[in-house]
Amino acid sequence: MIIKLAWRNLWRNRKRTIITSASVVFAVLLAIFLNSLKEGILVRMQENVVSFYTGAIQVHRLGYWDDQTIENTFEVNDELINSIELNGKVTDMIPRLESFGLTASEQNSRGSLIVGIDPEKERVVTKIDQKVVAGSYLSAQDQAAMITSGLAEYLKLTIGDTLVIIGQGYHGVSAAGKYPIKGILDFASPQLNKSLVYLPLEQAQQLFGADGRLSALVLEIDKISDAEEITFNLSSSIQSDFEVMNWKTLLPELDQIIEGERAENVIFLLVLYMLISFGIFGTILMMTMERKYEFGVLVAIGMKKIKLSSVVVFENVLVSLLGAFVGTVLSVPIIGYFNKYPIKVSGDLKEAYEQYGFEPVFYFSIEPPIFYSQTFIVLLIALVLSIYPVIKIGRLDPVNAMRD
Amino acid sequence: MSYPQNHTNEDSVILTEKLSKTYEGIVPVKAVNQVDLEVKKGEFIALVGPSGSGKTTLLNLLGGLDSPTSGSVIIHNQDIAQLTKNQLIDFRLRNIGFVFQAYNLIPVLTARENVEFVMLLQKIPVEVRNARVDQLLKEVGLSEQANKKPSKLSGGQQQRVAVARALASKPQFVLADEPTANLDSKTAFNLLDMMAKLNEDEGITFIFSTHDQRVIERAKRVITLVDGSLESDIVKEVLVA
Repeated sequence: MIIKLAWRNLWRNRKRTIITSASVVFAVLLAIFLNSLKEGILVRMQENVVSFYTGAIQVHRLGYWDDQTIENTFEVNDELINSIELNGKVTDMIPRLESFGLTASEQNSRGSLIVGIDPEKERVVTKIDQKVVAGSYLSAQDQAAMITSGLAEYLKLTIGDTLVIIGQGYHGVSAAGKYPIKGILDFASPQLNKSLVYLPLEQAQQLFGADGRLSALVLEIDKISDAEEITFNLSSSIQSDFEVMNWKTLLPELDQIIEGERAENVIFLLVLYMLISFGIFGTILMMTMERKYEFGVLVAIGMKKIKLSSVVVFENVLVSLLGAFVGTVLSVPIIGYFNKYPIKVSGDLKEAYEQYGFEPVFYFSIEPPIFYSQTFIVLLIALVLSIYPVIKIGRLDPVNAMRD
Repeated sequence: MSYPQNHTNEDSVILTEKLSKTYEGIVPVKAVNQVDLEVKKGEFIALVGPSGSGKTTLLNLLGGLDSPTSGSVIIHNQDIAQLTKNQLIDFRLRNIGFVFQAYNLIPVLTARENVEFVMLLQKIPVEVRNARVDQLLKEVGLSEQANKKPSKLSGGQQQRVAVARALASKPQFVLADEPTANLDSKTAFNLLDMMAKLNEDEGITFIFSTHDQRVIERAKRVITLVDGSLESDIVKEVLVA
């Protein structure tokens, strides 16, 4: 009876219900669009940097992250591997040896990060091979290098040219080597593109005189959201002369950017929903005033106030959910389209994005929470706003209500 | 809360003792003043008096819609002043039928649903509800209009539905506050005929406030209020219990 009465009451003033629902539709549509865009960009940014570079979790020798020198590298031992393998959520381990060096061509030189990798594991886990835009991907036996497109452009090098690397190796030995360029990589993040060199792990260990040594073991996990929990567990189980760090610690700026952007989004949505709430409240206010006599009659003939309040709460919830439902349904094809065909920024805006290290593409996320969370927010608003008529009904005196 | 049996006899539906209601203000207004009244089962009572004489206030007090400043209202051995607000709502639902001057019905429900509404509140089984709705709509002559919403019914038809709804819960009595005030003469007569027939045939107790001479002429007992006090109480014929 309550639902039937609430539903019919909703259509007593058809125009008002449609206008109120339309405002909710607009708010939900806008909120989903903005959330999807924001999450799409942020997750992509996170994937670009985390998945293709740092990985979700890294294990280093204790103190390496604060003092990233080749002296702080380590040799892998069975105990370490066993401790990591005992954690069921780690799906793979990727060895890396990283150090800084001067990279040069005949014309230019630039300080770069030299990364020794296991090409096969990186192909499977971080899929770096998909970033090759010229030449081909490394194999473990190669005595060659892959460089990023920004560095190639700066050093004016192309496939088959020779890259010179000079630096300092383990225990102060000098590191110097010449490597033909086998492949050129292009990362979405312009920052990564500037100065990265990949060598097969063995070549890098030889270059730096650090045979069998690693600077990091990158741990692969299924869900990046589990990174903090796994880090915590490993930290307590692993040998004390190692440190375990997740991407939030490895890339605090990225984490801050993501959190900051999300907070900004929350504030915007808060303002948007507050404006819509005033609209809904206006409707509730009018409805409560207009139906005072009717409420009086209903209580007089024996309808308990709690039941009457339930009808009114249902009305508010229905009008809001109707708007939320239509808004969500309308958003699905729109977001679906932009998810499939992201907006590529061009012209000055593209340059500006690249200058600040962002990929000039607007991605849209289709994660389910983006859609259903709006319905929960609208439901919450409807329930909070219903407090007013519920209080009014609670205080209603049927004689006064019918007299007015 | 039971009232001592010796205060009422078996036929009494309502008993008031020194019932008073004063509205506080800069100048306090005694809307009902020391009214002693006994209403017996099957009575057809017109409550008359000039505007502001306290008719509606007395009806509200008898119906438990308003609380007295002093005195008591005993309905079926129950002093209703002793009930909580929630108990009062429930008491009204089970014991009292109401017909108001206008805008009585729930606009989004059909005539049938309006009559059924109080029985739904009483959680009466659907088969019983349906049978009683059919019977009541037949009695008020609106079987054909059962599925129409109030906006599609005339004023008189709406009041008939209101009477049917008031009877749906099988109340002890029906209170009607100026039920014919918004009706034309013919419609008012028809409504009165119907109420009188229900009173005669089924012994339903009706108490209605009115200015309307036509209503007063049909009443079996006429109670006159002046300035909140009972001025006269005339029984026009012997009631059949």
